[in-house]
Amino acid sequence: MTPGDVRFLPCGDAAVTVEFGNAIDPAISARVLALDAAMNAERPAGLVETVPTYRSLMVQFDPLVFDYDAFVRGVTQLAPTLDPNPRPGRRWKVPVIYGGEFGIDLEATAERHGLTPTQLIDKHCAPVYRVYMIGFMPGFTYLGGLDPSIATPRRLDPRPHTPAGIISIGGIQALIGGQAMPSGWHILGQTPVRTFMAGREPAFLTAAGDEVVFVPTDASRWAELDRAAEAGEPVAELVAR
Amino acid sequence: MTLLAILAAGPATSLQDSGRFGWQRFGVGPAGAMDRASLGLANALVGNGPGAAAIEFALAGGRLKVEGGAARVALAGADCTLKIDGTAVPLFTSASARDGQTIEVGSARSGVFAYLAVAGGLAVPPTLGSISLHHRTGVGGLGGRSLRAGDRLPLLLAEPSGPERALPGAIQAQSGPIRVVIGPQEDYFTASAIATLVEQEYRISDQADRMGVRLTGPKLEHSAKGYNIVSDGIPTGAIQVPGNGMPLILLADRQTTGGYPKIATVIGADLPRLAQSRPGTKLRFKTVERPEAVRIAKAADQAERELFASIRSAGLASLDSSELLALNLVDGVVDARG
Repeated sequence: MTPGDVRFLPCGDAAVTVEFGNAIDPAISARVLALDAAMNAERPAGLVETVPTYRSLMVQFDPLVFDYDAFVRGVTQLAPTLDPNPRPGRRWKVPVIYGGEFGIDLEATAERHGLTPTQLIDKHCAPVYRVYMIGFMPGFTYLGGLDPSIATPRRLDPRPHTPAGIISIGGIQALIGGQAMPSGWHILGQTPVRTFMAGREPAFLTAAGDEVVFVPTDASRWAELDRAAEAGEPVAELVAR
Repeated sequence: MTLLAILAAGPATSLQDSGRFGWQRFGVGPAGAMDRASLGLANALVGNGPGAAAIEFALAGGRLKVEGGAARVALAGADCTLKIDGTAVPLFTSASARDGQTIEVGSARSGVFAYLAVAGGLAVPPTLGSISLHHRTGVGGLGGRSLRAGDRLPLLLAEPSGPERALPGAIQAQSGPIRVVIGPQEDYFTASAIATLVEQEYRISDQADRMGVRLTGPKLEHSAKGYNIVSDGIPTGAIQVPGNGMPLILLADRQTTGGYPKIATVIGADLPRLAQSRPGTKLRFKTVERPEAVRIAKAADQAERELFASIRSAGLASLDSSELLALNLVDGVVDARG
Protein backbone atom coordinates (compact mmCIF):
# COMPACT_ATOMS: atom_id res chain seq x y z
CA MET A 1 0.00 0.00 0.00
CA THR A 2 1.32 3.41 -0.90
CA PRO A 3 0.49 6.34 1.34
CA GLY A 4 -2.98 7.55 0.51
CA ASP A 5 -4.31 4.10 -0.31
CA VAL A 6 -7.20 2.75 1.65
CA ARG A 7 -8.82 -0.67 1.69
CA PHE A 8 -12.56 -1.19 2.02
CA LEU A 9 -13.19 -4.33 4.06
CA PRO A 10 -16.78 -5.57 3.79
CA CYS A 11 -18.54 -6.17 7.13
CA GLY A 12 -21.84 -7.70 6.04
CA ASP A 13 -24.64 -5.56 4.64
CA ALA A 14 -24.60 -2.79 7.25
CA ALA A 15 -20.96 -1.85 7.80
CA VAL A 16 -17.60 -1.42 6.12
CA THR A 17 -14.15 -0.95 7.57
CA VAL A 18 -11.94 1.62 5.88
CA GLU A 19 -8.39 0.49 6.59
CA PHE A 20 -5.42 2.84 6.34
CA GLY A 21 -2.63 0.46 7.28
CA ASN A 22 -1.67 -2.41 9.49
CA ALA A 23 0.34 -0.78 12.25
CA ILE A 24 -0.06 1.16 15.46
CA ASP A 25 1.25 4.41 14.10
CA PRO A 26 0.48 8.08 14.81
CA ALA A 27 0.22 9.04 11.12
CA ILE A 28 -2.24 6.21 10.39
CA SER A 29 -4.27 7.11 13.46
CA ALA A 30 -4.35 10.76 12.42
CA ARG A 31 -5.78 9.84 9.02
CA VAL A 32 -8.39 7.57 10.64
CA LEU A 33 -9.49 10.41 12.89
CA ALA A 34 -9.50 12.90 10.00
CA LEU A 35 -11.85 10.64 8.02
CA ASP A 36 -13.95 10.14 11.16
CA ALA A 37 -14.32 13.91 11.54
CA ALA A 38 -15.16 14.31 7.84
CA MET A 39 -17.83 11.58 7.97
CA ASN A 40 -19.47 13.05 11.03
CA ALA A 41 -19.39 16.56 9.56
CA GLU A 42 -20.97 15.40 6.32
CA ARG A 43 -23.35 12.77 7.83
CA PRO A 44 -24.26 11.03 4.55
CA ALA A 45 -27.81 9.67 4.41
CA GLY A 46 -28.12 6.35 6.21
CA LEU A 47 -24.97 6.74 8.32
CA VAL A 48 -25.54 5.14 11.75
CA GLU A 49 -22.20 5.61 13.45
CA THR A 50 -18.45 5.46 12.97
CA VAL A 51 -15.97 3.58 15.15
CA PRO A 52 -12.38 4.84 14.96
CA THR A 53 -9.72 2.27 15.91
CA TYR A 54 -5.92 2.19 15.64
CA ARG A 55 -5.70 1.85 11.90
CA SER A 56 -9.20 1.86 10.51
CA LEU A 57 -12.62 3.43 10.68
CA MET A 58 -15.63 1.14 10.85
CA VAL A 59 -18.62 2.83 9.27
CA GLN A 60 -22.03 1.43 10.18
CA PHE A 61 -25.05 2.31 8.08
CA ASP A 62 -28.61 1.48 7.21
CA PRO A 63 -28.31 -0.62 4.03
CA LEU A 64 -31.78 0.49 2.92
CA VAL A 65 -30.62 4.09 2.57
CA PHE A 66 -26.82 4.30 2.40
CA ASP A 67 -25.25 4.84 -1.03
CA TYR A 68 -22.27 2.51 -0.67
CA ASP A 69 -20.78 3.12 -4.10
CA ALA A 70 -20.86 6.89 -3.66
CA PHE A 71 -19.25 6.44 -0.25
CA VAL A 72 -16.39 4.37 -1.71
CA ARG A 73 -15.83 6.91 -4.48
CA GLY A 74 -15.88 9.80 -2.02
CA VAL A 75 -13.48 8.21 0.46
CA THR A 76 -11.12 7.09 -2.30
CA GLN A 77 -10.89 10.69 -3.48
CA LEU A 78 -10.63 12.10 0.02
CA ALA A 79 -8.05 9.61 1.34
CA PRO A 80 -4.88 11.16 -0.16
CA THR A 81 -5.84 14.54 1.29
CA LEU A 82 -6.30 13.33 4.88
CA ASP A 83 -3.70 14.95 7.12
CA PRO A 84 -1.25 12.40 8.61
CA ASN A 85 -0.15 14.90 11.25
CA PRO A 86 -1.97 14.28 14.51
CA ARG A 87 -4.04 17.27 15.52
CA PRO A 88 -3.28 18.50 19.02
CA GLY A 89 -5.92 16.96 21.22
CA ARG A 90 -7.15 17.71 24.70
CA ARG A 91 -4.58 16.72 27.30
CA TRP A 92 -5.65 14.89 30.47
CA LYS A 93 -3.59 14.55 33.67
CA VAL A 94 -4.61 11.24 35.17
CA PRO A 95 -3.68 10.46 38.79
CA VAL A 96 -2.28 6.94 39.27
CA ILE A 97 -1.56 5.06 42.48
CA TYR A 98 1.31 2.77 41.49
CA GLY A 99 2.27 -0.55 43.04
CA GLY A 100 1.11 -2.36 46.14
CA GLU A 101 -2.49 -3.54 46.09
CA PHE A 102 -3.17 -1.00 43.30
CA GLY A 103 -0.50 -2.29 40.94
CA ILE A 104 0.06 -5.95 41.68
CA ASP A 105 2.42 -6.50 38.72
CA LEU A 106 4.65 -3.47 39.28
CA GLU A 107 7.47 -5.26 41.08
CA ALA A 108 7.57 -8.31 38.83
CA THR A 109 7.44 -6.16 35.71
CA ALA A 110 10.24 -3.92 37.01
CA GLU A 111 12.36 -6.95 37.83
CA ARG A 112 11.75 -8.42 34.38
CA HIS A 113 13.25 -5.25 32.83
CA GLY A 114 16.08 -4.98 35.37
CA LEU A 115 14.58 -1.86 36.90
CA THR A 116 13.57 -0.81 40.38
CA PRO A 117 9.82 -0.17 40.81
CA THR A 118 10.56 3.56 41.00
CA GLN A 119 12.49 3.46 37.74
CA LEU A 120 9.61 1.64 36.06
CA ILE A 121 7.12 4.22 37.37
CA ASP A 122 9.36 7.00 36.03
CA LYS A 123 9.46 5.36 32.60
CA HIS A 124 5.72 4.72 32.59
CA CYS A 125 4.72 8.27 33.50
CA ALA A 126 7.31 10.09 31.38
CA PRO A 127 5.60 10.11 27.95
CA VAL A 128 2.69 12.13 26.69
CA TYR A 129 0.47 9.28 25.52
CA ARG A 130 -1.97 9.53 22.68
CA VAL A 131 -5.44 7.97 22.83
CA TYR A 132 -5.67 5.75 19.77
CA MET A 133 -9.07 4.36 20.50
CA ILE A 134 -11.72 3.63 23.09
CA GLY A 135 -12.84 0.09 22.61
CA PHE A 136 -13.71 -3.37 23.83
CA MET A 137 -15.84 -2.15 26.75
CA PRO A 138 -17.10 1.29 27.83
CA GLY A 139 -14.28 3.77 28.48
CA PHE A 140 -11.37 1.38 27.82
CA THR A 141 -8.74 3.85 26.69
CA TYR A 142 -5.99 2.41 24.48
CA LEU A 143 -2.83 4.50 24.48
CA GLY A 144 0.17 4.74 22.19
CA GLY A 145 3.53 6.13 23.24
CA LEU A 146 4.79 3.55 25.73
CA ASP A 147 8.58 3.58 26.19
CA PRO A 148 9.60 0.54 24.06
CA SER A 149 12.19 -0.45 26.67
CA ILE A 150 9.34 -1.46 29.03
CA ALA A 151 7.15 -3.18 26.43
CA THR A 152 6.02 -6.44 28.03
CA PRO A 153 4.32 -9.40 26.32
CA ARG A 154 0.87 -10.17 27.71
CA ARG A 155 0.49 -12.69 30.48
CA LEU A 156 0.06 -16.31 29.41
CA ASP A 157 -2.68 -16.76 32.01
CA PRO A 158 -5.12 -13.84 31.88
CA ARG A 159 -6.68 -12.97 35.23
CA PRO A 160 -10.40 -13.68 35.28
CA HIS A 161 -11.07 -10.53 37.28
CA THR A 162 -9.27 -7.19 37.54
CA PRO A 163 -10.76 -4.10 39.17
CA ALA A 164 -12.07 -0.97 37.46
CA GLY A 165 -9.58 1.73 36.51
CA ILE A 166 -6.49 -0.43 36.13
CA ILE A 167 -3.42 1.16 34.57
CA SER A 168 -1.73 -1.59 32.66
CA ILE A 169 0.63 -2.39 29.82
CA GLY A 170 0.47 -5.19 27.25
CA GLY A 171 3.05 -5.47 24.49
CA ILE A 172 3.77 -1.93 23.28
CA GLN A 173 0.35 -0.67 24.36
CA ALA A 174 -0.78 1.07 27.51
CA LEU A 175 -4.32 1.12 28.85
CA ILE A 176 -6.61 2.98 31.18
CA GLY A 177 -9.17 0.39 32.15
CA GLY A 178 -12.85 1.13 32.51
CA GLN A 179 -14.98 -1.37 34.36
CA ALA A 180 -13.79 -4.52 36.11
CA MET A 181 -12.87 -7.19 33.56
CA PRO A 182 -10.70 -10.19 32.80
CA SER A 183 -7.24 -9.05 31.67
CA GLY A 184 -3.96 -10.51 30.51
CA TRP A 185 -2.14 -7.20 30.80
CA HIS A 186 0.38 -6.24 33.49
CA ILE A 187 -1.17 -4.04 36.15
CA LEU A 188 1.16 -1.25 37.26
CA GLY A 189 -1.36 0.85 39.11
CA GLN A 190 -4.92 2.03 39.39
CA THR A 191 -6.68 5.34 38.85
CA PRO A 192 -9.80 6.54 40.63
CA VAL A 193 -10.80 8.25 37.36
CA ARG A 194 -14.00 6.85 35.84
CA THR A 195 -13.44 7.15 32.11
CA PHE A 196 -17.12 6.19 31.81
CA MET A 197 -19.94 6.95 34.19
CA ALA A 198 -23.53 6.71 32.97
CA GLY A 199 -25.54 9.71 34.10
CA ARG A 200 -22.50 11.96 34.54
CA GLU A 201 -22.13 14.88 32.15
CA PRO A 202 -20.10 14.06 30.16
CA ALA A 203 -20.54 10.29 30.51
CA PHE A 204 -17.15 9.73 28.83
CA LEU A 205 -13.97 11.65 29.56
CA THR A 206 -11.42 10.39 27.06
CA ALA A 207 -11.86 10.25 23.29
CA ALA A 208 -9.68 9.08 20.42
CA GLY A 209 -7.18 11.83 19.60
CA ASP A 210 -6.81 13.05 23.20
CA GLU A 211 -3.49 13.04 25.06
CA VAL A 212 -2.84 11.55 28.48
CA VAL A 213 -0.15 12.17 31.09
CA PHE A 214 0.05 9.94 34.18
CA VAL A 215 0.69 11.62 37.52
CA PRO A 216 2.03 9.35 40.30
CA THR A 217 -0.14 9.90 43.31
CA ASP A 218 0.26 8.78 46.91
CA ALA A 219 -1.87 5.85 48.03
CA SER A 220 -3.07 7.92 50.99
CA ARG A 221 -5.12 10.02 48.55
CA TRP A 222 -7.02 7.06 47.07
CA ALA A 223 -10.06 7.21 49.34
CA GLU A 224 -10.56 10.94 48.86
CA LEU A 225 -10.13 10.85 45.07
CA ASP A 226 -12.23 7.71 44.70
CA ARG A 227 -15.09 9.36 46.63
CA ALA A 228 -14.88 12.45 44.45
CA ALA A 229 -14.92 10.32 41.30
CA GLU A 230 -17.88 8.31 42.57
CA ALA A 231 -19.70 11.60 43.17
CA GLY A 232 -19.21 12.51 39.51
CA GLU A 233 -16.03 14.61 39.63
CA PRO A 234 -13.73 13.98 36.66
CA VAL A 235 -10.66 13.75 39.00
CA ALA A 236 -8.63 13.71 35.79
CA GLU A 237 -7.53 17.23 35.07
CA LEU A 238 -7.81 18.88 31.68
CA VAL A 239 -4.56 20.74 31.03
CA ALA A 240 -4.88 24.22 29.61
CA ARG A 241 -3.01 24.43 26.28
CA MET B 1 -49.92 5.20 36.77
CA THR B 2 -50.19 1.68 35.48
CA LEU B 3 -47.38 -0.64 36.48
CA LEU B 4 -46.25 -4.09 35.47
CA ALA B 5 -45.00 -5.82 38.60
CA ILE B 6 -42.62 -8.70 37.94
CA LEU B 7 -43.71 -11.72 40.00
CA ALA B 8 -41.21 -14.16 38.50
CA ALA B 9 -38.66 -14.03 35.69
CA GLY B 10 -35.82 -16.14 34.37
CA PRO B 11 -32.27 -14.94 35.05
CA ALA B 12 -31.70 -13.40 31.61
CA THR B 13 -34.98 -11.50 31.32
CA SER B 14 -34.25 -7.92 30.31
CA LEU B 15 -35.56 -4.77 28.68
CA GLN B 16 -34.55 -4.46 25.03
CA ASP B 17 -35.35 -2.04 22.25
CA SER B 18 -33.83 -1.65 18.80
CA GLY B 19 -30.42 -0.91 20.35
CA ARG B 20 -28.07 1.83 21.41
CA PHE B 21 -26.28 3.59 18.59
CA GLY B 22 -23.68 6.34 18.49
CA TRP B 23 -21.58 5.18 21.44
CA GLN B 24 -19.42 2.40 20.03
CA ARG B 25 -16.60 4.95 19.67
CA PHE B 26 -16.61 5.01 23.47
CA GLY B 27 -16.66 1.24 23.82
CA VAL B 28 -20.41 0.85 24.35
CA GLY B 29 -21.84 -2.01 22.32
CA PRO B 30 -25.29 -1.72 20.74
CA ALA B 31 -27.21 -4.34 22.78
CA GLY B 32 -30.87 -4.34 21.66
CA ALA B 33 -33.23 -7.19 20.89
CA MET B 34 -31.51 -10.37 19.74
CA ASP B 35 -34.41 -10.93 17.32
CA ARG B 36 -35.32 -7.48 15.96
CA ALA B 37 -37.97 -8.95 13.65
CA SER B 38 -39.91 -10.43 16.55
CA LEU B 39 -39.48 -7.28 18.65
CA GLY B 40 -40.98 -5.37 15.72
CA LEU B 41 -43.90 -7.76 15.35
CA ALA B 42 -44.77 -7.73 19.08
CA ASN B 43 -44.69 -3.94 19.00
CA ALA B 44 -46.76 -3.73 15.82
CA LEU B 45 -49.45 -5.92 17.41
CA VAL B 46 -49.91 -3.40 20.22
CA GLY B 47 -49.63 -0.38 17.92
CA ASN B 48 -46.10 0.70 18.92
CA GLY B 49 -43.25 1.67 16.64
CA PRO B 50 -41.13 -1.40 15.78
CA GLY B 51 -38.13 -0.42 17.91
CA ALA B 52 -39.94 0.35 21.20
CA ALA B 53 -38.60 -1.30 24.35
CA ALA B 54 -40.15 -4.63 25.31
CA ILE B 55 -39.40 -7.37 27.81
CA GLU B 56 -37.06 -9.97 26.32
CA PHE B 57 -37.45 -13.46 27.76
CA ALA B 58 -34.65 -15.95 27.16
CA LEU B 59 -35.83 -19.59 27.29
CA ALA B 60 -37.48 -19.13 30.69
CA GLY B 61 -40.82 -17.40 30.88
CA GLY B 62 -42.17 -15.23 33.64
CA ARG B 63 -45.21 -13.82 35.43
CA LEU B 64 -46.26 -10.19 35.71
CA LYS B 65 -49.12 -8.50 37.49
CA VAL B 66 -50.88 -5.38 36.25
CA GLU B 67 -51.31 -2.71 38.92
CA GLY B 68 -53.13 0.60 38.90
CA GLY B 69 -54.69 0.42 35.44
CA ALA B 70 -54.88 -1.86 32.43
CA ALA B 71 -52.18 -3.01 30.02
CA ARG B 72 -52.38 -4.32 26.48
CA VAL B 73 -49.64 -6.77 25.59
CA ALA B 74 -48.54 -8.98 22.71
CA LEU B 75 -45.93 -11.70 22.44
CA ALA B 76 -43.71 -12.70 19.50
CA GLY B 77 -40.50 -14.63 19.00
CA ALA B 78 -39.76 -17.98 20.59
CA ASP B 79 -42.71 -20.35 20.82
CA CYS B 80 -44.18 -19.58 24.25
CA THR B 81 -47.69 -19.53 25.61
CA LEU B 82 -49.22 -16.24 26.74
CA LYS B 83 -51.96 -16.40 29.38
CA ILE B 84 -53.95 -13.78 31.22
CA ASP B 85 -55.27 -15.08 34.53
CA GLY B 86 -54.84 -18.59 33.18
CA THR B 87 -56.68 -18.03 29.90
CA ALA B 88 -54.54 -18.61 26.81
CA VAL B 89 -54.23 -15.75 24.33
CA PRO B 90 -54.23 -16.87 20.66
CA LEU B 91 -50.90 -16.64 18.80
CA PHE B 92 -49.99 -13.19 17.39
CA THR B 93 -52.96 -11.46 18.98
CA SER B 94 -52.88 -8.60 21.47
CA ALA B 95 -54.71 -8.96 24.76
CA SER B 96 -55.46 -6.62 27.61
CA ALA B 97 -55.08 -7.35 31.30
CA ARG B 98 -56.98 -5.39 33.92
CA ASP B 99 -55.79 -4.13 37.26
CA GLY B 100 -54.80 -7.12 39.38
CA GLN B 101 -54.67 -9.64 36.55
CA THR B 102 -51.61 -11.80 35.97
CA ILE B 103 -49.84 -12.09 32.63
CA GLU B 104 -47.94 -15.33 32.24
CA VAL B 105 -45.35 -16.09 29.57
CA GLY B 106 -44.51 -19.79 29.31
CA SER B 107 -41.00 -21.09 28.81
CA ALA B 108 -39.91 -21.46 25.21
CA ARG B 109 -40.88 -24.75 23.55
CA SER B 110 -38.65 -23.85 20.64
CA GLY B 111 -36.53 -20.84 19.84
CA VAL B 112 -34.83 -18.78 22.53
CA PHE B 113 -35.99 -15.15 22.75
CA ALA B 114 -39.58 -13.99 23.18
CA TYR B 115 -40.74 -10.36 23.31
CA LEU B 116 -43.60 -9.04 25.39
CA ALA B 117 -44.52 -5.60 24.07
CA VAL B 118 -46.82 -3.26 25.97
CA ALA B 119 -49.10 -0.76 24.21
CA GLY B 120 -47.73 2.76 24.59
CA GLY B 121 -44.38 1.50 25.82
CA LEU B 122 -42.46 1.54 29.09
CA ALA B 123 -41.77 4.68 31.13
CA VAL B 124 -38.19 3.64 31.88
CA PRO B 125 -35.51 6.31 31.44
CA PRO B 126 -33.06 5.52 28.64
CA THR B 127 -29.30 5.34 29.16
CA LEU B 128 -27.32 6.91 26.31
CA GLY B 129 -30.46 7.02 24.22
CA SER B 130 -31.69 3.45 24.70
CA ILE B 131 -33.43 1.31 27.30
CA SER B 132 -31.64 -1.85 26.14
CA LEU B 133 -29.58 -3.67 28.75
CA HIS B 134 -26.04 -4.59 27.74
CA HIS B 135 -25.71 -7.48 30.16
CA ARG B 136 -21.95 -7.67 30.60
CA THR B 137 -21.34 -3.97 31.12
CA GLY B 138 -24.52 -3.09 33.00
CA VAL B 139 -25.38 -0.22 30.67
CA GLY B 140 -29.13 0.39 30.33
CA GLY B 141 -32.01 -1.81 31.41
CA LEU B 142 -33.66 -1.24 34.74
CA GLY B 143 -30.87 0.17 36.89
CA GLY B 144 -28.21 -1.57 34.78
CA ARG B 145 -29.42 -5.12 35.39
CA SER B 146 -31.86 -7.81 34.27
CA LEU B 147 -35.40 -7.94 35.58
CA ARG B 148 -36.28 -9.86 38.73
CA ALA B 149 -39.24 -10.49 40.99
CA GLY B 150 -40.23 -7.32 42.78
CA ASP B 151 -39.40 -4.96 39.94
CA ARG B 152 -42.17 -2.61 38.85
CA LEU B 153 -42.20 -1.22 35.32
CA PRO B 154 -44.18 1.99 34.90
CA LEU B 155 -46.15 2.22 31.65
CA LEU B 156 -46.58 5.29 29.48
CA LEU B 157 -50.24 4.47 28.85
CA ALA B 158 -52.72 4.16 31.76
CA GLU B 159 -55.44 2.31 29.80
CA PRO B 160 -55.41 0.81 26.29
CA SER B 161 -58.06 1.95 23.84
CA GLY B 162 -59.58 0.49 20.67
CA PRO B 163 -59.94 -3.15 19.68
CA GLU B 164 -57.33 -5.86 20.09
CA ARG B 165 -55.22 -6.55 17.02
CA ALA B 166 -54.12 -9.77 15.42
CA LEU B 167 -52.00 -11.10 12.61
CA PRO B 168 -54.18 -13.10 10.24
CA GLY B 169 -52.59 -16.39 9.28
CA ALA B 170 -49.27 -17.82 10.25
CA ILE B 171 -45.71 -16.64 9.69
CA GLN B 172 -43.71 -18.70 7.28
CA ALA B 173 -40.62 -20.13 8.89
CA GLN B 174 -37.39 -19.17 7.21
CA SER B 175 -34.95 -21.94 6.51
CA GLY B 176 -31.83 -22.65 4.51
CA PRO B 177 -28.24 -21.71 5.15
CA ILE B 178 -27.23 -18.63 7.13
CA ARG B 179 -26.01 -16.09 4.60
CA VAL B 180 -22.70 -14.32 5.11
CA VAL B 181 -20.57 -11.76 3.31
CA ILE B 182 -16.92 -12.84 3.30
CA GLY B 183 -14.58 -10.45 5.14
CA PRO B 184 -13.40 -8.20 6.70
CA GLN B 185 -10.25 -10.33 7.30
CA GLU B 186 -10.54 -13.18 4.82
CA ASP B 187 -6.83 -12.70 4.05
CA TYR B 188 -6.06 -14.13 7.51
CA PHE B 189 -7.51 -17.48 6.43
CA THR B 190 -6.47 -20.18 4.00
CA ALA B 191 -8.58 -20.80 0.90
CA SER B 192 -9.51 -24.14 2.39
CA ALA B 193 -10.79 -22.43 5.57
CA ILE B 194 -13.20 -20.34 3.51
CA ALA B 195 -14.28 -23.44 1.58
CA THR B 196 -14.76 -25.29 4.88
CA LEU B 197 -16.96 -22.54 6.27
CA VAL B 198 -19.39 -22.76 3.37
CA GLU B 199 -19.24 -26.49 2.69
CA GLN B 200 -19.21 -28.06 6.13
CA GLU B 201 -21.77 -28.22 8.89
CA TYR B 202 -21.36 -26.36 12.17
CA ARG B 203 -23.25 -26.72 15.38
CA ILE B 204 -24.15 -24.12 17.99
CA SER B 205 -22.32 -25.04 21.18
CA ASP B 206 -23.53 -24.62 24.76
CA GLN B 207 -21.57 -21.36 24.89
CA ALA B 208 -24.27 -19.17 23.44
CA ASP B 209 -25.66 -16.01 24.92
CA ARG B 210 -26.45 -12.43 24.02
CA MET B 211 -22.79 -11.69 23.42
CA GLY B 212 -22.35 -14.39 20.83
CA VAL B 213 -22.52 -18.02 19.89
CA ARG B 214 -19.52 -20.29 19.80
CA LEU B 215 -19.71 -22.95 17.08
CA THR B 216 -18.26 -26.42 16.96
CA GLY B 217 -17.26 -28.10 13.74
CA PRO B 218 -14.27 -28.34 11.43
CA LYS B 219 -11.40 -26.08 12.43
CA LEU B 220 -10.88 -22.95 10.32
CA GLU B 221 -7.22 -22.61 9.51
CA HIS B 222 -5.53 -19.22 9.66
CA SER B 223 -3.19 -18.17 6.89
CA ALA B 224 0.49 -17.41 7.47
CA LYS B 225 -0.60 -14.01 8.78
CA GLY B 226 -1.62 -15.69 12.02
CA TYR B 227 -4.52 -15.01 14.35
CA ASN B 228 -3.71 -11.64 15.84
CA ILE B 229 -4.72 -8.41 14.18
CA VAL B 230 -4.30 -4.85 15.35
CA SER B 231 -7.69 -4.46 17.09
CA ASP B 232 -10.41 -3.04 14.88
CA GLY B 233 -14.18 -2.56 14.93
CA ILE B 234 -16.54 -5.52 15.21
CA PRO B 235 -19.80 -5.47 13.25
CA THR B 236 -22.81 -7.35 14.61
CA GLY B 237 -22.80 -10.82 13.08
CA ALA B 238 -19.02 -10.96 12.69
CA ILE B 239 -17.64 -14.51 12.63
CA GLN B 240 -14.46 -14.18 14.64
CA VAL B 241 -11.95 -17.00 14.68
CA PRO B 242 -9.48 -17.09 17.58
CA GLY B 243 -6.34 -19.20 17.71
CA ASN B 244 -8.18 -22.47 18.30
CA GLY B 245 -9.85 -22.20 14.87
CA MET B 246 -13.41 -22.44 16.25
CA PRO B 247 -15.71 -19.69 15.00
CA LEU B 248 -17.57 -17.36 17.36
CA ILE B 249 -20.42 -15.24 15.95
CA LEU B 250 -20.67 -11.92 17.79
CA LEU B 251 -24.15 -10.61 18.46
CA ALA B 252 -26.01 -7.80 20.25
CA ASP B 253 -23.97 -7.73 23.48
CA ARG B 254 -20.63 -8.02 21.69
CA GLN B 255 -17.60 -5.95 22.57
CA THR B 256 -16.98 -3.03 20.20
CA THR B 257 -13.44 -3.92 19.07
CA GLY B 258 -11.32 -7.03 19.01
CA GLY B 259 -7.99 -8.45 17.98
CA TYR B 260 -8.97 -11.74 16.32
CA PRO B 261 -9.53 -11.94 12.57
CA LYS B 262 -13.10 -12.13 11.30
CA ILE B 263 -13.64 -14.46 8.36
CA ALA B 264 -17.17 -13.35 7.42
CA THR B 265 -20.22 -11.43 8.64
CA VAL B 266 -23.77 -12.77 8.91
CA ILE B 267 -26.20 -10.52 7.01
CA GLY B 268 -28.77 -8.58 9.03
CA ALA B 269 -31.77 -10.49 7.66
CA ASP B 270 -30.43 -13.78 9.04
CA LEU B 271 -29.45 -12.55 12.51
CA PRO B 272 -32.90 -13.13 14.05
CA ARG B 273 -32.97 -16.75 12.90
CA LEU B 274 -29.45 -17.29 14.19
CA ALA B 275 -30.31 -15.73 17.55
CA GLN B 276 -33.32 -18.04 17.90
CA SER B 277 -31.23 -21.18 17.27
CA ARG B 278 -30.57 -23.22 20.37
CA PRO B 279 -27.36 -24.99 21.34
CA GLY B 280 -27.10 -28.16 19.29
CA THR B 281 -28.69 -26.59 16.20
CA LYS B 282 -26.85 -27.51 13.00
CA LEU B 283 -25.93 -24.60 10.75
CA ARG B 284 -24.71 -24.22 7.24
CA PHE B 285 -23.37 -21.02 5.75
CA LYS B 286 -23.72 -19.59 2.28
CA THR B 287 -21.79 -16.64 0.92
CA VAL B 288 -23.47 -13.74 -0.81
CA GLU B 289 -21.81 -10.72 -2.38
CA ARG B 290 -22.35 -7.39 -0.65
CA PRO B 291 -24.82 -5.98 -3.26
CA GLU B 292 -26.88 -9.15 -3.00
CA ALA B 293 -26.90 -8.76 0.80
CA VAL B 294 -28.30 -5.26 0.37
CA ARG B 295 -31.02 -6.58 -1.96
CA ILE B 296 -31.92 -9.19 0.66
CA ALA B 297 -32.09 -6.47 3.34
CA LYS B 298 -34.45 -4.42 1.18
CA ALA B 299 -36.66 -7.44 0.45
CA ALA B 300 -36.78 -8.29 4.16
CA ASP B 301 -37.77 -4.74 5.00
CA GLN B 302 -40.52 -4.79 2.37
CA ALA B 303 -41.83 -8.12 3.66
CA GLU B 304 -41.84 -6.78 7.20
CA ARG B 305 -43.83 -3.71 6.15
CA GLU B 306 -46.38 -5.94 4.43
CA LEU B 307 -46.58 -8.17 7.45
CA PHE B 308 -47.23 -5.25 9.78
CA ALA B 309 -49.75 -3.78 7.33
CA SER B 310 -51.70 -7.04 7.40
CA ILE B 311 -52.41 -6.73 11.12
CA ARG B 312 -56.16 -6.39 11.62
CA SER B 313 -58.58 -5.77 14.43
CA ALA B 314 -59.00 -9.10 16.16
CA GLY B 315 -62.19 -11.04 15.57
CA LEU B 316 -62.88 -9.62 12.12
CA ALA B 317 -62.95 -12.68 9.88
CA SER B 318 -62.51 -10.85 6.61
CA LEU B 319 -59.35 -12.21 5.11
CA ASP B 320 -59.34 -12.46 1.39
CA SER B 321 -56.95 -14.57 -0.60
CA SER B 322 -54.78 -11.64 -1.68
CA GLU B 323 -54.02 -10.86 1.95
CA LEU B 324 -53.10 -14.47 2.57
CA LEU B 325 -50.84 -14.48 -0.45
CA ALA B 326 -49.11 -11.36 0.77
CA LEU B 327 -48.18 -13.17 3.94
CA ASN B 328 -46.22 -15.80 2.08
CA LEU B 329 -43.33 -13.60 1.04
CA VAL B 330 -41.74 -13.17 4.38
CA ASP B 331 -38.10 -13.51 3.52
CA GLY B 332 -36.31 -12.15 6.53
CA VAL B 333 -39.21 -12.31 8.90
CA VAL B 334 -38.73 -15.26 11.01
CA ASP B 335 -40.79 -17.86 12.63
CA ALA B 336 -38.68 -18.32 15.67
CA ARG B 337 -40.28 -21.65 16.35
CA GLY B 338 -38.50 -23.19 13.34
